[in-house]
Amino acid sequence: MSDKKIRMQLQCPMPKLDFDVINLGHGSGGVLTNKLLDSGVFDLLSNPILDERHDGAIFELEGKMAFSTDSFLVSPIFFPGGNIGELAVNGTVNDLAMCGAIPKYLSLSFIIEEGLKVTEFWKILVAIKGACEEAGVQVVTGDTKVVEKGKGDKIFINTSGIGSIHSKAKISSKNIKVGDKIIVSGNIASHGMAIMSVREGLEFDSEILSDTIHLNHTIKSLLDTFGEHIHLLTDPTRGGIATVLKETAQSINLGFDITQRDLPIDNQVSSACELLGLDPIYVANEGLFIAFVDESIAVDFLEMLQKDENGKHAKIIGSATEEHPRQVIMESAIGGKRVVSMLPGEQLPRIC
Amino acid sequence: MSEYRDPEVAKAYLEEIKKTVTQPWSIMEVCGGQTHSLVKNGIIDMLPKEVTMIHGPGCPVCVTPLNIIDKAIHLALEENVILCSFGDMLRVPGSKKNLLEAKAEGADIRILYSPLEAVRIAEDNPDKEIVFFAVGFETTAPANALSVIHAHRKELKNYSILASHVLVPPAIKAVIDDEESKIDGFLAAGHVCTIMGNAEYHPLSATYKVPIVVTGFEPLDVLQGILMVLKQLEGSKAQVENQYSRIVKEEGNPEAQKMIHKVFEIKNQIWRGIGEIPESGYQVRPEYADFDANRKFKIEIPEAPENPDCISGQIMKGLKKPFECSQFGKKCKPTNPLGAPMVSSEGACAAYYHFSGLVEA
Repeated sequence: MSDKKIRMQLQCPMPKLDFDVINLGHGSGGVLTNKLLDSGVFDLLSNPILDERHDGAIFELEGKMAFSTDSFLVSPIFFPGGNIGELAVNGTVNDLAMCGAIPKYLSLSFIIEEGLKVTEFWKILVAIKGACEEAGVQVVTGDTKVVEKGKGDKIFINTSGIGSIHSKAKISSKNIKVGDKIIVSGNIASHGMAIMSVREGLEFDSEILSDTIHLNHTIKSLLDTFGEHIHLLTDPTRGGIATVLKETAQSINLGFDITQRDLPIDNQVSSACELLGLDPIYVANEGLFIAFVDESIAVDFLEMLQKDENGKHAKIIGSATEEHPRQVIMESAIGGKRVVSMLPGEQLPRIC
Repeated sequence: MSEYRDPEVAKAYLEEIKKTVTQPWSIMEVCGGQTHSLVKNGIIDMLPKEVTMIHGPGCPVCVTPLNIIDKAIHLALEENVILCSFGDMLRVPGSKKNLLEAKAEGADIRILYSPLEAVRIAEDNPDKEIVFFAVGFETTAPANALSVIHAHRKELKNYSILASHVLVPPAIKAVIDDEESKIDGFLAAGHVCTIMGNAEYHPLSATYKVPIVVTGFEPLDVLQGILMVLKQLEGSKAQVENQYSRIVKEEGNPEAQKMIHKVFEIKNQIWRGIGEIPESGYQVRPEYADFDANRKFKIEIPEAPENPDCISGQIMKGLKKPFECSQFGKKCKPTNPLGAPMVSSEGACAAYYHFSGLVEA
């Protein structure tokens, strides 16, 4: 990852601009806006559709599509393992991949708080370019607005994306049936704790890195092989794996049994959670997915996933059952049982 | 950590508990952290039916008086104040609103893990008044005291703490003294004893003839603590034992105690839902009056009545279980808590709501 990032930056020298910080004028639509876009966004993200510079993107697509949108407000905008730029690309790419789609085109909108350093904006753009290239998607339309100091938090990014559904994909929570295995693709809670460790100034033996990554290639090869035996794919971002599992259970008339011992988690992340009084099953992930797959292919699916760089820590964590509809029950580390519910609000750190 | 969560060892403890028990016993785990561990790990349902766990008042969030929360909200809404707090205080209902709502109205409220961060914020913002909402048991008192000592040494004029400290041993005494009380033995709070030591528990155990076992928070700690209490009860013994000896020393941490006594003095303290318990709280000593938000800001907030539907006092004294409350899971939920035990995950009501299958819709 990091090697790739350094290479990208070398290939993308920052343009010479006669301003150091972005101000309200850069969002006015006038000369300054053009200056910022010409020497920044358009050059860096150039492709035939974007280069048309029309009010919107014009392109052809065939067949069944998936369409998704997401806004990114992460603070700090630079964190161990990534920045808001690649997060914005990977987030929407992954949402599309979870639909069983091959992501193709993205829109990209910035809401910038005046005062953002151009060097920071450039770093974010370079990360966006890198993430797009790795995921194989193109930014085809976008927008830039600047808000007054204090009305934003450095930079907010919205991306929307479109992609065509994989010919073998048949993804829907309605397809989940009793006995389906629940597979989580890697270590949980890394992204949330990477952000928390920066916010709280925590130091560990080695830095906790965000897991932000595009999952579309991984998903595509799994769909190529297992097709409609993959019943549901979902990415447990905000609210963590607990929230996604509970939401899914509530949307169908089945329950899920999961085992705490089988949840893959990095030791440092686990310690950080203990220290801050947070439950890792509610902590955000960015490069993770949960798959509900037919029992008959579960082992093969896991084996194939574990060979992929994005799935080397993958594990089967549980299965679907008719015994407690709409409920997620977790067997605790010592063998007790507890109900997993949604959080009433933000996960607030405990006093002791 | 996994060594304290080994399912085989847990099974062995449970079997020994089953073998030991010959009659019904009620054991109170004093600390909310233990309540959290009990429900989170599904321990309550694994215990034999003779053993009833009663959830004690050991959730600092839950027992912080309504009036002090109203004061904190009032201060936070002042133009030049930055209120710093531990996270789980933010959702605790005041008489009209909670701190999260005050934050949404524009109050500058920061969630911190340590009061020393608040001192740093005070240094960085000399034009603002920084108030740290110093809530907790004896466990958080040394760090809160240290923040005052630091601020004093740095001659900061803009740092103060709004202290609401509660002490465990007087609370155990109050629980036993309650006429309706039916508790046979106690798991004392391991973290509190790490600081304060075990000395205060010996007279309690001797006077009232109750076993008190100083216990940790991991599932195996709690199971072992329960077993130790049961062995005493079945053997007609009543003494103080230390399950958590890997952390807790008999004398506690004398340095930390020194720090506490330098800054704080003991006072009668109101416990939300329970009432006043003699000599059960800390207040800032007069020598440090400049760092005491209570003295510095002289806010008079009228006493407001508690929500009449909330029976949190009876729950924290172990007289009722959360699901025996008529509003539990109905009007009172973590998204709309009527009383504080529904807020913190260490509060008995919230712990039951989150983790027990009884209430899930």
